[in-house]
Amino acid sequence: MLNLVYFKEYSIKKNVHSYRQGDLFIAHDVNSGSLHVLDEGAYDVIKAIEKLQEMLETVNTEGICQVLRQAGKTVIVKELSEILDELEELRKESTLFSAEAEIVLPMYPEKPIVKAICLHVAHDCNLRCEYCFAGTGAFGGSRRMMDVETGKKGIDFVLESSGHRDHCEVDFFGGEPLLNFGLIKSLVEYGRKAGKAHGKTIKFTLTTNGVLLNDRIQEFLEQEEISVVLSLDGRPEVHDRMRPYADGRGSYAKVTPLIKQFAAKRPESSPYALGTYYYVRGTYTHFNLDFDRDVLHMADLGIKQISVEPVVASPKDAYAFQEGDLQKIHEAYDRLGEELLLRRAQDRDFNFFHFNIALDQGPCMIKRLSGCGAGHEYVAISPEGDLYPCHQFVGQEAYKLGSLYDETSYQLKDTVVKSFRSAHVYSKPLCRECWARFACSGGCHAANVAFTQSLTDVYTLGCELQKKRLEVAFYIKIKEIQQDLI
Amino acid sequence: MAKHIQTIVKANLSSTAKTGGCGKCQTSCQSACKTSCTVGNQVCVK
Repeated sequence: MLNLVYFKEYSIKKNVHSYRQGDLFIAHDVNSGSLHVLDEGAYDVIKAIEKLQEMLETVNTEGICQVLRQAGKTVIVKELSEILDELEELRKESTLFSAEAEIVLPMYPEKPIVKAICLHVAHDCNLRCEYCFAGTGAFGGSRRMMDVETGKKGIDFVLESSGHRDHCEVDFFGGEPLLNFGLIKSLVEYGRKAGKAHGKTIKFTLTTNGVLLNDRIQEFLEQEEISVVLSLDGRPEVHDRMRPYADGRGSYAKVTPLIKQFAAKRPESSPYALGTYYYVRGTYTHFNLDFDRDVLHMADLGIKQISVEPVVASPKDAYAFQEGDLQKIHEAYDRLGEELLLRRAQDRDFNFFHFNIALDQGPCMIKRLSGCGAGHEYVAISPEGDLYPCHQFVGQEAYKLGSLYDETSYQLKDTVVKSFRSAHVYSKPLCRECWARFACSGGCHAANVAFTQSLTDVYTLGCELQKKRLEVAFYIKIKEIQQDLI
Repeated sequence: MAKHIQTIVKANLSSTAKTGGCGKCQTSCQSACKTSCTVGNQVCVK
C-alpha cells in the first residue's frame, strides 16, 4: 500500500501533473519525466491526495475516502487498496512521486562560450507585418543593411568565441534577410572556409517571409544545405490581415506557392530540426483564436513541418490576446491534437512543432534549467555590429552586450551575461513551483521582460499556453504509443 | 500487469542533472520558433 507518510513532505501539485485529456486520464511525473495512463479510480485517488494537501489536511486513507465521497464517488475498499498498491510500486521504482531533482545549477566558464549567432543582415523588410517585434524591420533604428566586413567579423566572433564546441550556428535574420542575399552568399562561402580553418562546422539557417524565394535562391539554399524557417500565418484572410506589403496588399498569393515549392524539396525534413530542415512558421493572434484551422490549412497545402505560435503583444494592440481568449485557445489546441492524430492514422501526417516531445530522448536537466542560452551562448548581431542577448533584444540599449567594433569585441558585458546566466528555472519564483518547469525552462526571456520588465518574473499567459501545449503533446505521445502496441 | 495504471514512458530525467550539460544541442530558439522558448521538445544529440 502507498506510503502515505511520504506526502507529509512531498508536494503532488508541484511534482506530479495529473489531468484529463480527451478520453485519457494522464499522470506526468515531473522529476523523472515518466508518463502514465490512469483509470478513473487511480486518477481520483491522486487528486484526492492533492486536495488533502491543498487543505493542509493529513494524508491518510480515511481522508482520501472522505474527499472521494464528498466528490460523489463510490468508494470500493478492494479497488482503493489495489490502486494504493500500484501507486506504491511506481513510487518505489521512482516513476511516480519521484524525489525532487537535486538542485544542480548550470556551471559556466567565466568567459562565455558563444556557439550561436543571429546575424541581422537586413534591418529592412518588404512586408509591414502588424505584429512585428522588429518594428517592421528596423528594430526602432534606421533601415539599413549589414555590410560584408561586419558579417565576416560576426562569423569570426562565433568561431573564436565557441571554445571547444565543434559545431556553431549562424542564422540569417532580419528584417527580411533575402533583401541582402548577396551578403548571405558571401558569408556562407566565407563561413565554410573560416570554419574549416578553425576545425569547426557552421550550421546555417535562414528565417524568411518567402517573398523573394525565387528559383535561384531556392537552388542556393538546397545546394548549401541551409535550414530554412518560412513565415506563413495560415488561411489567406488571416495571413493577409497581418502580413501586408507596405501598400496594404496581402502577401499570401505571392509567398504561398513559393513556400509550397520549397517545402516539397525537403520531404524528409526532421520535426526536431536536425540536419537540413524547413519549418513553416506562423503567428496567431486575437483575430484567429481558431488557429487550428490555419495549421490545417497549411497541412492541406502539403506542408509537413508547421509551427504556429502565439503573438507576444502589448495589451493596447488590437491583435493582443484578451481576457476570455484563453479558453478558446485551449479548445483550438485540443481540436488540433485530435485532428493530428486522425490524420496520422490516415497517412496524412504533419508535425506541429509545439506538440513534439521526445520524453526519454529529450534534453538533459541542465539544458532544461538554462533554456535558450540567450546572452551568453546565443547572441544577436545588428547590421552595425552591435551585440545583443537575442534577436528580440536588438535595439534595446540596456541589454547591449558590446560591439564587434569595440577593441574588446569578444568581451561581452559582464553584468548582462550574468543576468541572463542566472535567469534559470530555480531563480524564478513561479517556475520553482510549476509542474511544467523542466519543459519550458522558465519561458522566453524577451517575453518575460516585455511583460514584467524582469528576467526572473514570468509572462504568465505564456505559461498557460505552454502548459496546455504540453498536455496535448503528452496525450498525442500516449495515443501513438498505445497504437503501436496494438 | 497493473490493473489501474499503465506506464507509457519510464524515464530518469533527474539523473541527467549530473551527467548532462555537454552543450552540443542546437540553440533552441534557432530551430523554428524565434518567439518562444521551446526546450522540452528538443532532442538530446549526445
